[in-house]
Amino acid sequence: MNAPPKAIAGTSTFLDDRLGAGSFLKRNLRKIFPDHWSFLLGEIALYSFIILLLTGTFLTFWFKPSMGHTTYLGSYAPLYGVEMSEAYASSLHISFDVRGGLLIRQMHHWAALLFVAGMMVHMLRVFFTGAYRKPRELNWLIGVLLLSLALVEGLTGYSLPDDLLSGAGLRITQGVAISVPVVGTYLSFFLFGGEYPGHDVVSRFYSLHILLIPGILLALISAHMILMWVQKHTQMPGKGRTESNVVGAPFYPAFMAKAGAFFLFTFGVIALLGTFAQINPIWLYGPYTPADISAGSQPDFYMGFLEGSLRIMPAWEFNLFGYTFPMSVLIPALVPLGIVMTGLALYPFLEQWVTGDRREHHICDRPRNNPHRTAIGMAGMTFYGVLWLLGANDEISATFHVSLYSTTIFGRFAIFIGPAIAYVVAYRICIGLQRKDAEVLSHGVESGVIKRMPDGQYIEVHTPAAEDIAAHIRGGKKEIPIIDGGVDGEEVPPKGLRSGLGRLRAKMSKAYGTDHVPFHEEEEEHAAVGAGEHKQLH
Amino acid sequence: MIGTGISVNSTTARRRHPLARVAVVALALGLLGGGYALAAPNGSTADAAIASGKADDADQGKSLFVAHCASCHGMNAEGSSKAPTLIGVGAAAVDFQVSSGRMPMTDSGPQALRKPRPEWATEEAISQLAAYVQSLGGGPTIPGAEQVDPAKGDPARGGELFRANCIQCHNFTGSGGALTYGKHAPTLNPATPTEIYEAMITGPQAMPVFNDTTITPEQKRDMIAYITHVRQQVDPGGSGLMRIGPVTEGLVAWIAGIGLLALAAIWITAKRRRVKA
Repeated sequence: MNAPPKAIAGTSTFLDDRLGAGSFLKRNLRKIFPDHWSFLLGEIALYSFIILLLTGTFLTFWFKPSMGHTTYLGSYAPLYGVEMSEAYASSLHISFDVRGGLLIRQMHHWAALLFVAGMMVHMLRVFFTGAYRKPRELNWLIGVLLLSLALVEGLTGYSLPDDLLSGAGLRITQGVAISVPVVGTYLSFFLFGGEYPGHDVVSRFYSLHILLIPGILLALISAHMILMWVQKHTQMPGKGRTESNVVGAPFYPAFMAKAGAFFLFTFGVIALLGTFAQINPIWLYGPYTPADISAGSQPDFYMGFLEGSLRIMPAWEFNLFGYTFPMSVLIPALVPLGIVMTGLALYPFLEQWVTGDRREHHICDRPRNNPHRTAIGMAGMTFYGVLWLLGANDEISATFHVSLYSTTIFGRFAIFIGPAIAYVVAYRICIGLQRKDAEVLSHGVESGVIKRMPDGQYIEVHTPAAEDIAAHIRGGKKEIPIIDGGVDGEEVPPKGLRSGLGRLRAKMSKAYGTDHVPFHEEEEEHAAVGAGEHKQLH
Repeated sequence: MIGTGISVNSTTARRRHPLARVAVVALALGLLGGGYALAAPNGSTADAAIASGKADDADQGKSLFVAHCASCHGMNAEGSSKAPTLIGVGAAAVDFQVSSGRMPMTDSGPQALRKPRPEWATEEAISQLAAYVQSLGGGPTIPGAEQVDPAKGDPARGGELFRANCIQCHNFTGSGGALTYGKHAPTLNPATPTEIYEAMITGPQAMPVFNDTTITPEQKRDMIAYITHVRQQVDPGGSGLMRIGPVTEGLVAWIAGIGLLALAAIWITAKRRRVKA
């Protein structure tokens, strides 16, 4: 009676025998996924990418990746009869004369912003919880690669419509290429197929934007997901959670429903933005002419930090052997990008080198419990944030009536001082939060009940922390290993730590791993803890 | 006189006619007056006012000038250490500065800002003031209604000129932008077509002058047509986000986009599966 109909049983047996589908599904559908809101941040990027593929395909149906000259005869009156490239004319055509074209174009652009923003918040979550640690270093590297590629994908994308704003970005790209010592001119001519702007760059960027880079992105995202699946997701510390288990809901049905709902949320937010918030109004910018430039020419937000570094850079250049070295372009274009991307890529390995930690980690750190990492992360964010902010310094100056030069001078100092301040402040906050944790464990939580002691003293009754909170606090605190460098000046350091670098490593390891606020739950007794059991007042 | 049919004697006789002197004087005066009228720089509002019997305009303007402007610009508009001379700036400059509320300046910032006009600065008062300043040394005059009528301009041609000449300070859509030393190029949205024209021919504050040889009056009208067309345009893509480009777009992506999705993530994960005890 309960046997499945032959049509179903036959087909599934056929597939099972050939693909092993049954056991594969059995094994994977019940995969457990831990639950925490911040674990969904990466999915913003994933779902935005899917929406980018769909909307992007729609756009290719009408977009003409050509820099051939044409005269606009479409329905947007203020540009009627204006000479422009076919790329720009077809973008206008999509915006004004294709049904739903503007909506899809705007959704594509909003999805692009959320794609990169989603990657960034996901990456920050992974960084601050230490989820990049062994065995997930390779997946972290894939993530850094994805982020770098996303920046290039964005740059090639917003250059395609060939409007005045995108041309400004392209001009800076060319400026960077040509500023590379010795080979700069060759690079620029190679990229643009001759003198800037040439006739090739739009079609070349088109190939990169719709074929090569999305292909690599798709492959890397798949690798990212497969690795995550195989290595299992990290989990937040808590009751019953150990390094060797995963506590959460099974992929099917619980997590699948959640992921599906979150995809619809992402789609909804992007559609909402695409409908109600105008993005990249190319018709207002006009066609690109190398002679024109507008005030308020900014790139999309993810390129803003490069714009900012260019804006605060002093005009340094020197000539050597008949070559000009324009440091004012070369340094801001390459140094911050290098610091941020190389720093991100190397951090897991640097941390391992400093701590000597070769263990596997499947439980997330709470950011406060690794204060140096958190402080380094905050310093990095401040470095990035200052540059990002300064990328918009003219809008800030015009909107808030601050002198433009003052913002530049502020930026030149803030880029060095800001990260240092952020480091110290974040470090102190972490230590403060650790103290708070220690206090919760040893003193309990305030109950709001005031008790009068026999000697007349009033105390507030503290109750022990709830079991799950206590487990979260205890489970989240793991000692950070320290390399034993021997007692300074008394013992001979072990082999490998005797050189200058080795001594530095031992010192850093000690600073990085020292726990300044160890828990002393057993030793410390507080009059108020436990007193809560006699809460009734007499 | 040979072959003209007029005898020498008769000419001599007419020369001695009793009315000849009057005629000569009248001719001379006529030539002088006509010649002056032709040669005088800019057939000006002040002259027109005098000719049409409204000579009081300039006088009225002078008393307004003394009351409201002279403390900085000097009793005879000769300028001072605080403010430039107004001799030769023309009626257009006065109309632009006073009608937009920039003058009289109330606080000494890096530049005069648009603000509501003071009560005395009525249309009539402004034209009297303009007539007075015009009478001092000429200069660009206030354009006629025809010259600034957006309906008569070609916005597409104006757009090209606008992008070539204006946007590097005033932004793509005339939303304004920053300049050096605390100055800024103001937004063009509140400016009337007449003010836009006057700004181009007088070059107020940090703005360069775009005189009629650089940009012809017809081209100016095209630009006005573009500016007014674009600023009246309902943004087809939803909210224009201040029309300043990617800065506000980035803010919206982070605050609205990531904000809403983070809330959604919190909401979704807040629903936990209840484990049966």
